Formats: sequence, C-alpha cells, structure tokens
Amino acid sequence: MILLAGCNAHQSTLAPFGEEARSTYWLTVTLGIGALLIAVLVGTLAWRAAHSPGNALDHRQGMRLILWLGAVFPTVVLTALLLFALPEMRPLPSQPGDLTIRVDGEQFWWRVQYESGRGEPLIGANEVRIPVGRPVVFQLAAKDVIHSFWIPGLAGKMDMIPGRTNRLIVKAEKTGRFRGVCAEFCGLSHALMAFDVVAMEPSAFDAWLVAARTPAAVARGRTRGAALFADYGCNACHAVRGTEHDARIGPDLSRYGARTSLGAGTLPPTTGNTATFIRDADAVKPGARMPSYPMMPEDEAHAIAAWLKELK
Amino acid sequence: MSFHEQDDPQLRAAQDERLRAAWAAPKGFFLRWTDTNNDAVGAWYTLTAFGFMLLAGVLALIMRAQLAVPENDLVDASTFNQLFTLHGSMMMFLFAVPMFEAVSIILLPQLLGARDLPFPRLSAFGYWSFLLGGIFVAGSIFFDAAPDGGWFMYPPLTTRTDLSGLGADIWMLGLSFIEVSSIAAAVELIVGVLKCRPPGMRLNLMPLYAWYILVVAVMILFAFPPLIAGDLLFEMERLLDWPFFDATRGGDPLLWQHLFWIFGHPEVYIVFLPSIALFAMLVPTFARRHVLGYPWIVLAAVGTAFLSFGLWVHHMFATGLPKISLAFFSAASEAVAIPTAVQIFVFIATIWAGRVTWSTPMLYASGSLAVFVIGGLTGVMVAVAPFDWQAHDTYFVVAHLHYVLIGGTLLPLFAGLYYYWPLITGKKLSDRLGRIAFWFLFVGVNLCFFPMHLSGLEGMPRRVFTYPAELGLGSLNLASTIGAFIFASGVAIICVDLARSPWRPFAERNPWHAGTLEWLAYPHDEHWGIRSIPLIESRYPIWDQPDFMRKVDEGRYFLPDAEEGRRETIITTVLDARPISVVRLGTPSWKPMLTAFALGGVFIFTTYHLYWPALVSGLLTLAMVMWWVWTGTAEIPERPSKPIGHGLELPLYISGSSSPGWWAMFITMMADATAFSGLVFGYYFFWTRHADFPPDELAHAPGVFWPMLALVVGLVGWVFTVGGREVHARGGVALARAMLAASLVASLASAAAGLAGPWLSGMNPSLHSYPAIVWTLAGWTAAHAAVAAIMLAYVLARSFAGRCTPAYDADLRNVTVFMHFFALTTLVTYLTIGLFPEAT
Repeated sequence: MILLAGCNAHQSTLAPFGEEARSTYWLTVTLGIGALLIAVLVGTLAWRAAHSPGNALDHRQGMRLILWLGAVFPTVVLTALLLFALPEMRPLPSQPGDLTIRVDGEQFWWRVQYESGRGEPLIGANEVRIPVGRPVVFQLAAKDVIHSFWIPGLAGKMDMIPGRTNRLIVKAEKTGRFRGVCAEFCGLSHALMAFDVVAMEPSAFDAWLVAARTPAAVARGRTRGAALFADYGCNACHAVRGTEHDARIGPDLSRYGARTSLGAGTLPPTTGNTATFIRDADAVKPGARMPSYPMMPEDEAHAIAAWLKELK
Repeated sequence: MSFHEQDDPQLRAAQDERLRAAWAAPKGFFLRWTDTNNDAVGAWYTLTAFGFMLLAGVLALIMRAQLAVPENDLVDASTFNQLFTLHGSMMMFLFAVPMFEAVSIILLPQLLGARDLPFPRLSAFGYWSFLLGGIFVAGSIFFDAAPDGGWFMYPPLTTRTDLSGLGADIWMLGLSFIEVSSIAAAVELIVGVLKCRPPGMRLNLMPLYAWYILVVAVMILFAFPPLIAGDLLFEMERLLDWPFFDATRGGDPLLWQHLFWIFGHPEVYIVFLPSIALFAMLVPTFARRHVLGYPWIVLAAVGTAFLSFGLWVHHMFATGLPKISLAFFSAASEAVAIPTAVQIFVFIATIWAGRVTWSTPMLYASGSLAVFVIGGLTGVMVAVAPFDWQAHDTYFVVAHLHYVLIGGTLLPLFAGLYYYWPLITGKKLSDRLGRIAFWFLFVGVNLCFFPMHLSGLEGMPRRVFTYPAELGLGSLNLASTIGAFIFASGVAIICVDLARSPWRPFAERNPWHAGTLEWLAYPHDEHWGIRSIPLIESRYPIWDQPDFMRKVDEGRYFLPDAEEGRRETIITTVLDARPISVVRLGTPSWKPMLTAFALGGVFIFTTYHLYWPALVSGLLTLAMVMWWVWTGTAEIPERPSKPIGHGLELPLYISGSSSPGWWAMFITMMADATAFSGLVFGYYFFWTRHADFPPDELAHAPGVFWPMLALVVGLVGWVFTVGGREVHARGGVALARAMLAASLVASLASAAAGLAGPWLSGMNPSLHSYPAIVWTLAGWTAAHAAVAAIMLAYVLARSFAGRCTPAYDADLRNVTVFMHFFALTTLVTYLTIGLFPEAT
C-alpha cells in the first residue's frame, strides 16, 4: 500500500499534503494492518478447524470458542477502535477571521469565491488556491444537483447539497499542484468534473489574491477575439473582470490564461482544445450546459481562444 | 387410523394415488403456467432470478471493458451511466432478494414437512409480478431508456424532469411493483414459518434456515415499506410536481437519502443472512454433527436484523450531518460486526468439533467465508467515519461491497446450488466442473476487486465512465478487468454444468446423508411435498429419530391421505407447534397471473403517463382480486373437521388470530403501517429542517375542524366494525350487517372530511413541501378509508351470500384487523395535520 503511494501524487489519499488527510492516512495504515492481522487469525483458526480430527472440540470448548472469539474479542477490538477513531472526527479549529472559500458545485464545474472579509469576493472557477499552514474554511453548496467536494490529498470529502451549506475546514502542509474531483454521481459528465488545487506559501498566496483582483492587462484590448466573444454572446453567461462582461451563469473566465485545465479538469487548456470546446462543448463533455456553436468558423473560435489564453 | 392400518400396502398405494391426483401438476403448453405448487413456482422464480443475474453480470463486464484502460471510448457516458445503474438495481432487486425468496419457496415446505406454503396462489402472484416488473425494468436497457441516476436515485438529479428522463420513472414504478411482490413473498414465508410447521417442531427445534427465513422476511417487511413511501413521494414530485425534494420550495434532497438507506442498509443483511442460513444447513451435514451453539446463532441473526435498522446513516457520513449522530451511527455500524463474528465462529466451532467431509459445497462455503471476512473487515474500516470521508464513493467502497455481496450472497448461493441440486432435480452436479469453476470464481473475485481498494484510495471515484491516464490507475484497472472476465468464466462453467445436468444419472435419496427434514424429498418427482407430516422430536430428525424416513414414507405420521381429493396441510400453533387445523390450499389457477398482469398495467401505464389505461388496469386489478378472494378463500368446508391419524380430529376452518389468513392480514398491515410511518417521518423531518414549517401563509391550514371531524367519524367507523364483529359472533347477524354498513358509510365520510381540510384551505401542493406532505397524508388515509369501504362491502356481500356466518367468520375477523390499522392511520394523520400546526 505504502509502496504504491508513489504512483499518483496529486490525487491520492496515500499522498497527503494536508493535516486531515495525513491523520486519515495513518488511520488507514492502522486499520489496514489491523484488518490483515484479524484476517490471518480467522484464516488460521478456520484452517485448524478444518484439519482437526473428529471430535477435537467438545461442546463446552466449542461454546467457549464462540463466546471468546466470536463475541468478546470483537467487542473489545471494536470498542478500542471507536475510542481511537472518535477524536479524529473533530473538525480542525478555526477562527472567525480565517480565509473562507465558498465553492458551489454545478453541472459540471465549480464556482469558487474567496471571501476575505473586505470588499467583494474574488470569483473564479475550477481552480482552488489555498495557503499552507493556515486553516481554510470551505463553505460548500450546490446549485442544481448533489455534488461532493473531494481533494483526496487534503481532507475527506464533503457533499454539496442544494438547500444546504456544509463546512469543511482544512489545513495544507505542503505546497504544490494537486487535483480534486466530484465524488457524488451528478449526471452525464460526473467523471469529467475535477478541479485544480494549488497550495501556496502564505506570502505568495496573499500576493496572488491581490493580483487576481486586478483585471488582466489584455482584457480591455480591442482584439478580434474580444469582439467575437461579445458578438457570439459568450458574455451572456461568462464574466471577464475589467470588461463590461459580468454574467454569472457559467464559469468566470477572468484568468483563463493562468488555468492548468479546461472544462473542469477535462483537457489541457491549449488554444486548440479551447477552440474545440467553444465550438462543441457537448462532444468534449456530454451534458455540459454550454451550447454548441457548430456554425462558428474555426478561425473565429481560435481567435476567441487566443484572446482567452491571454487573460493571465 | 393406527399404525396397523398403514401396514397394508394396498391402502398405502391407494393413498399414494389419491395424493398424487390431488397434487398433480396441470399439463399442457398453456395450462402448466397456472401451476401454484411451490416446487414449480419456486423453480420458475429461481431460474428467472438467475437469468437476471446473468444479464446484470454481462452489464458489469461491459463496464469493466470500458474501464480497462484510461480514456477509453468503448461506450459513451450515457450508456455507462445506464449500465451501472441497472447493474446495481438488477443485482439487488431482480436477483439477490427474489433469489432468496425463490429458494425459500422451494425449500421451506420441505424444511417444515409441510405439503406447501399456506398461500400457494400468492406465491404465484408474486412470481408473475416479479417476471413482468423485471422484464420491464431490465428490458429498458435495450431501448436506451434505462434508468441512469444510480441505484440509489438521489434527487434532485433524478426528480428534475429536465435532467432525467423516462428511466427514472421506469426505476421507481417498475421496482415499486417488484417491491410489492417481495412483500407478498415475505408475508407468505412468515406465515409459513409460524403456522405450517409440523407437529412437535417448537420454535427451538426449527431448522436454522427457517429461523433465517423468518428473520429476513420480517426485515423485508419493515425495510421495503420506507422505500415504497419514498417511491411514492418521488413519483408525486416527478408526475405532479409536488416538491418533496426540491430545496427551493421547502423540500429537502436528504429526505430521500434517509428513506432510501433505512431500506438500503437492512437490504444488505436481507441478502446476506440467507447465505449464512445455507451454511447453517450444509456445515452440520458435512461436519457430521449438530450445529454447535444453536441459541447463539439464532440470537446473532436476530441481533443482526435489529442492528441493521440502526445503521443507515453510515451511507450519509459525508452529507454534513452533526458529528454526534455520526459518532452514534459509527458505533452502531461497528457493533454489527459482533453478531456477524458470532455466526462465523459458530461454523468454525462446528467444523472443529465435527469430522469434516470435503465436498464441492464445502469448498464454496469456505471460499465464500474467506471472501466475506475480507469484505467484513473493510466494512469495519468504512464504519469509522474519518476513514469513510476518504473512502466513501470511491472504488474502495466498490471493492468492499463486492467482497461482501459476492462472499456473502453469490458464492454461498453456488454452495447452496451444489448442495441442493440433488434435492430439486434428483441429480448431482459435477464435482470436477464445480471445483474448476470455484477456482475461476475465487481467483477472479480477488483479482477483480482487491486492486479496487487501492484505486479507490488513490483517488478514483465511483461511477465514472472514464479516468485520466495521468492518475496512473491504468494497471490497477486492467487487473480488475482481467479478474472480472476470469470470474465470468467461472459463472459460465457453472452454467455448462447446469446445462449438462439433465443427462446425468439420478443420485441416491439424501445423497449427502443430511439430518434435516428437507432431505426426505424423493429423487423422482412427487408433487405432494411429503408423504405424511411427521412428529418432530429433534433438530436433525433423520439422524436422531429411529426409522424416521420409513415411517414418513409409509404414511405412519399425520395426514397420510387426501380422501376428498383436496390439497391440504396442517396448521399448528406459533410457539409450540400443536396441530390446530387442516387448511385447504389453493389449486392451479389463472387468477394469480392475470391479477399480476393487471396490477403491472397500473405501474407500466403510469410510467408512460397513460393515466386512463392505468385507471382501467387498476379497476381490473380490483375486480380480479375480488374474484380471486371470493372464489378461493375462507371456503366453508363440507364438514367441520376431519381425522388426520393417531386419533386426532382437526377442524377444517379456523378464523381469528390462530388462522393463517389473520396472520397474513396482520403482517401485511405491519408493512402498510411502516410505509405510512415513512410518510409521517417526512412531515416531521421537514419540520425539523425549516424554521417556518408550516410557512406563515399556511400557518392555519388545513385547520382544526375538518381533520378532527374526519378523525371522529373514522373512529366511529372502526367502533362499528369491532362492535359488528362481536354482535355477529353472538348470532346477531341482521344487527351486525347494519353496523358494518354504518361503518362503511363512516369510512367514506371520514375520507371526504379528511380531504375537505386541505381542499377548503386552498392548499396548493406544488407550491411548497408543507401542503404537499399534508395532501399526501390526507390522501393516504383517504385511500385506506376507500379500501376499508370495499372490504366492508365485501364482507356484507359474503354475509348475504351465506359465505360468512357466525360459525365461519374469517372474512369479518380479517377485515377487523385492517380496520384496527385504519383507525391507527386515521388517528396519526389527523392529529398530525390538524393539531400539530397549532402547537408550533
């Protein structure tokens, strides 16, 4: 188990980068070893029983075996396990001033809002950035159907349920790029609903948060792509900070050029992939809410994609 | 009749002829399907469930082929979602539960030395419902219309008609239909165990399989109704837009999860305990001794059943419920491992104390225990909430549940198949093929599912039609796929073995030299079940009671004859199995099949929104049921009693709480009351969820007056029925008829008053969950009032037709049981909807 942890370091409970996932990792190891020992014990007893000569056990001995190994032993082990595991259920401590990130699951992407207490929240999509060493409070909700927010290396999952807001408190311990996924079946493209997680040094995070609030330099530029973005009505759903586009139906595209994936973790965000996605999102991601634009000439899709890629 | 008489071989031969004639199976291309005998119905049932298992297995193979390599495009997302939804739903609803009921229908009469189950036509009805509903649900995959919301069907994904199509209705309505047939079978099995045991078989002498049937059937009785209540709310949201699960209109998606898992967790034990029961039959046979720790294993089974109703929240650990309830359910989930361990150690101790003969069934039994123990241990792991937050909804859980279900249901069934095949067909299966198949299955299951523990921990969620190559999960998934195909080869070898069976020679009678009653069966078919119904003095009568087989065969026990050419069996008391009556059983008939098809029409037409044909089907069902019940039940015998041998004379008619009919009504109504409590739970669940429940503008709807009027009038109806029964029993037939008529009118008036409350308050059920649940409770109660009126009208008609008299009053007594539950429903509904809003 431990050996295989190296296989996949960015979306694995066996490669924890957060405090909760680390303690659950050791719980997993403990439980795994315990289960193995009990399996060996039961197997050995069954083997001995099957290979004993006739009448090897009289009635009293048999009843004692059932009592001690069937009833008493599991009771003791399970009570110990409960006492050992209950403290792990406590959420991490957090204070009112801690960074709060609200994440809304929608078919099939993530709306991410950083609420730092002052001013408007910073809105992004399909990427979560967190500082290491500080508690972060996730407020988790869903707009359409039930989703589940899971970053295996950081902490256990928490469902996002329409009509409710769930809290999950995490603390990252290592910087790096990781991956989270939707863990509750949520429809056609449930398998294609992932997001990128970036754990940063606190100072770098603070700097990023400030920088992210300022619009990308090219956003105001009057390039062909920017014009087509408006002409095709992309702005009916998507917002780009620094422009007049402020619709909140689809993912915010303000910093699209800085993202490491397209379509909520579905494809690498190359200009070509982006153009393909613009023309036929449903082919890449079945059931996606974004309409297809089969009539859009490829060079125009490329122009829009190129403009989006410049939003860094 | 004495021992002396039975010494006469000519008499015995004449008895044989009469029994054979009474129990002869209907012949002919069409007529054979009217059969109701448990051996025929049980065999069809088993074969059908086996067929659905094979189909569901093929669906799984397609899924494994898709997942063999990352980013595969063998099937698209839509197809994949249909595949896993149908695989899970079919394995649970069309295989595991019906298979238990099917096998039990075959075995139970044999185990109890009864000629048949108490309601053979009900078994046939259950089978035809199952077949029709199963084909309807499973067939949808061939039209690309299968349900695709997962076997758990979580709203709002599945209730929003813009997000899910016909498949969701097919799931809800098709499986509701099958749930009805499951409950029908459960009623049959419970009454069978409690009332059809042979004389002398006190509860503590029952074969363990019968104990487990009792426990599991009771679990079905209490577990399925909450799901039926959920199905009802679900379809009302889909078809009528009543917002039970829509958070924007006061509903809550979690209500479904509670109702589903209150069913869903006991379900796991419903499909697992019967396998333990099979072990409990075959382990003593091959250990050549009585099971060691009989009271322990019975108590463990009862304890498992009890605990299994307190664990459902462990499927909801990640929904953000309060930590204190998680701690409680975590503890309860771990605790269920204790009775399970007791059952496993009972077998280990029995094997240790006995001298084991190795055989193919034993090989399967030990292999499945090994697989099951691994699944049980990972089950304890996922019961630990913090671990579950990581493992939940990943392939770790897929691994866990398949270890449990294959080790705890499928492989034990194969053990049972190799063990009981000679009982059913008279022929043994091939030891060699059986062993080869076993090793394919054993290697396959481990190669397929063990790697899934790792792929889950490495971040692979469940229910994904594809996964990115960069996760590095390709080799684990490929191993799983290879394992799945090896496993499937094992199943194929078993199918080959089964197909070759007709050409094998007959085995000797009782080929494993077992000690329990069912092995009295002859290798060559005799449909009468048992030649004479024995007096039981031991748990293993064939081993312990001298000359047992010969005495049974020579008719030296009870009821060795069928003088009137009727199908009969003995009814005994619940606790100590004293014989109290001989009951005449239903004979082959078209009615069960036609009733099942009519009822199926209600569900199937509703799926396609064809409400008029659905209504016609409903009326047809009612007419069929009336015809069936009128012609086939509570028949007044030609003489009050008959001798059954050894100087015993038993009545041919009983009514009231010692009769099987009364028990069937009581048990059915327990299920009905459980479904009702699911709806009431919904009402109070919404109240705990919302500060404004009822919402301000409806704070005084439906008001106090109409509900209280409905309550009083409904209770008056109940009092008239109970009073009418007493007056009737004392000979006051005319007065009793008047009281029953008054009761009928009162029931209908109560329904009208109950519906008037929400109607006159202008409550619109599609605006908010509050009016929706109030209408649901009022509607449920009104529907029961309507059924009460139909039943009372039926009793009145029986009375005027001379079929229900003071001496023969089973109809009236059974309807009184319904009325007790009707009064309870009335009380709870109207107090809740009338007074609770005023109290808050």
